[in-house]
Amino acid sequence: MKDPKKIICISCPIGCELTVGYENDQLSVSGNKCARGKSYGQEEYLEPKRIVTAVVKTNSATLTYIPIKTDQPLKKEYINDLLNHLYQLEVKVPITLNQCLLKNFNNTGVNIVFTRSLEA
Amino acid sequence: MIEKKYHSIVIGGGAAGLSAAYEISKSGFSVALIEREESLGGILMQCIHNGFGLQEYKEELTGPEYAERAIAKMAGSGVEIITSTTVSDLIDENGTKTAHCYSAVHGALKLGADTIVLAMGCRERNRGNIGTAGTRPAGIFTAGSAQRLINIEGFIPGKRVVIIGSGDIGLIMARRMTWVGAKVLAVVEILPYASGLTRNITQCLNDFNIPLYTSHIVSRIYGHDRVEKVDITPLVDGAPQDEDTFSIECDTILLSVGLIPENELSCKIGVEINQDTKGPYVHSNYMTNVKGVFACGNVLHVHDIVDFVTEEARRCAVNVVDYLRRKILPTEFRIQPGANVIYLVPNHYVPGEEINLYLRTFIVKNNAQLIVETSDKVVLEKKLLHVRPSEMIKVRIGEKDLARLSADEFKDLKVSIV
Ligand SMILES: Cc1cc2nc3c(=O)[nH]c(=O)nc-3n(C[C@H](O)[C@H](O)[C@H](O)COP(=O)(O)OP(=O)(O)OC[C@H]3O[C@@H](n4cnc5c(N)ncnc54)[C@H](O)[C@@H]3O)c2cc1C
Ligand code: SF4
Repeated sequence: MKDPKKIICISCPIGCELTVGYENDQLSVSGNKCARGKSYGQEEYLEPKRIVTAVVKTNSATLTYIPIKTDQPLKKEYINDLLNHLYQLEVKVPITLNQCLLKNFNNTGVNIVFTRSLEA
Repeated sequence: MIEKKYHSIVIGGGAAGLSAAYEISKSGFSVALIEREESLGGILMQCIHNGFGLQEYKEELTGPEYAERAIAKMAGSGVEIITSTTVSDLIDENGTKTAHCYSAVHGALKLGADTIVLAMGCRERNRGNIGTAGTRPAGIFTAGSAQRLINIEGFIPGKRVVIIGSGDIGLIMARRMTWVGAKVLAVVEILPYASGLTRNITQCLNDFNIPLYTSHIVSRIYGHDRVEKVDITPLVDGAPQDEDTFSIECDTILLSVGLIPENELSCKIGVEINQDTKGPYVHSNYMTNVKGVFACGNVLHVHDIVDFVTEEARRCAVNVVDYLRRKILPTEFRIQPGANVIYLVPNHYVPGEEINLYLRTFIVKNNAQLIVETSDKVVLEKKLLHVRPSEMIKVRIGEKDLARLSADEFKDLKVSIV
């Protein structure tokens, strides 16, 4: 079982300092001023996830790199794999906003989508 | 030379210019939107991270996505969009304004208008503004220019990086540099606290174990052709503790030491600058001291949230339309910054009309109190859960609040935060 951890809640600007850990087999959160802090603390402790944004190379003459994002937060341990994969790609124009670049990355259920349109 | 005349010329095609041009044109007036770059969107296009649009669209978008929504509205709006064109001079002659522009595509242009909307955004403070000692090698970038290099041009500025300043752009760039394979060795902040959002401290520094040195300065930069090393010195009560100075070897320095409104063009047409905001001084209708010249967005005061830029530009546009319809500016009173307030915008109000204020405070505090008062009466008291210098505060002083004042009590207002 993991050790207790101090986590700053980022669900609102107050930024309460949470302590998250197991107490008698129960995951407990303290230091939170509201319920949002509790669910944030639990998720950040058990399975931290992040939205990842990056750029990938294109074959366009006007814009050589185009921005992308994960359509939902990705588990942190997959971020480096994703970035390494993206840096090897070259995508073809035309591209439309929200077009999918990669579906279900590494079976995480997370899709990678373009965040800008680009004409041919 | 091409000559043409419009009801309004909007200068700058970022979030502010897009919103203003769209709103003015919606009321049936002719509008030209002039943008220096090939494409519209402004600074948003290089801000590929998410965190934009929570207020405007009720979802978290990336910068380019937010821009694309604003640009999509332009299609069929009747706004004449002139890109790849820089306005180099602005002249006011008997009320008619002329914008002199040059463009790789259109050559020289001379465009006339009854009104001008300044929406040129801001520029980054650089090394000259912070005066660090040492050599002048290559490898020193402002955080925003590094952001542009990586996210638009795909060029990675360096491998071992020290970031000066803990504002949000610097923090976002710490993560971005890490994600493209560079090593960020330190973020150095002169203030005793980080100026960026907690969320960015957590996700851009702590996630990668990047040390943040608050109350520290980069005291010297070394390197001949390229940056080689920096000295970092702690401060105690503002005094450098030279004996505790330590060095970090690095090849790149990013400066995230603040933004200032882009005033060059504004000054050419005689716009007066407010020393508190460093942008134009504006009336309640966002008009500068030059009749018919308006300002909104980062050119007026530096915003941290794009949604506020869009909203402010929309409000500015409504006033441009009023002006074009020859509505005379009513009697106004001043709104002054009181205790702990760095600045506020706009600087005037019209008795009885709702006021939408944007302001910044000097202090960091939970459960602060905002007080709006005349010399002898409190108009509005409001609790603010959390305030800090880096987060702009937005307050609406409604007609109901102002109803507390009787007609003869309307006078200059003072806004304080305690
Ligand atoms: C690096 C950075 C990161 C940010 N991150 C966030 C964030 O995470 N979330 C958020 O909500 N907000 C963020 N913001 C704030 C927000 O995005 C900006 O405040 C907003 O986009 C500014 O819009 P603007 O139209 O005022 O300026 P800009 O977008 O700068 O637009 C000004 C435009 O004017 C053009 N221009 C200038 N001079 C001339 C001239 N003489 N002739 C013709 N054109 C000219 C420029 O090319 C530019 O396109 C960030 C801002 C910056 C700078
Ligand atoms: S616990 Fe609640 S009050 Fe505290 S920071 Fe999180 S959301 Fe804000």
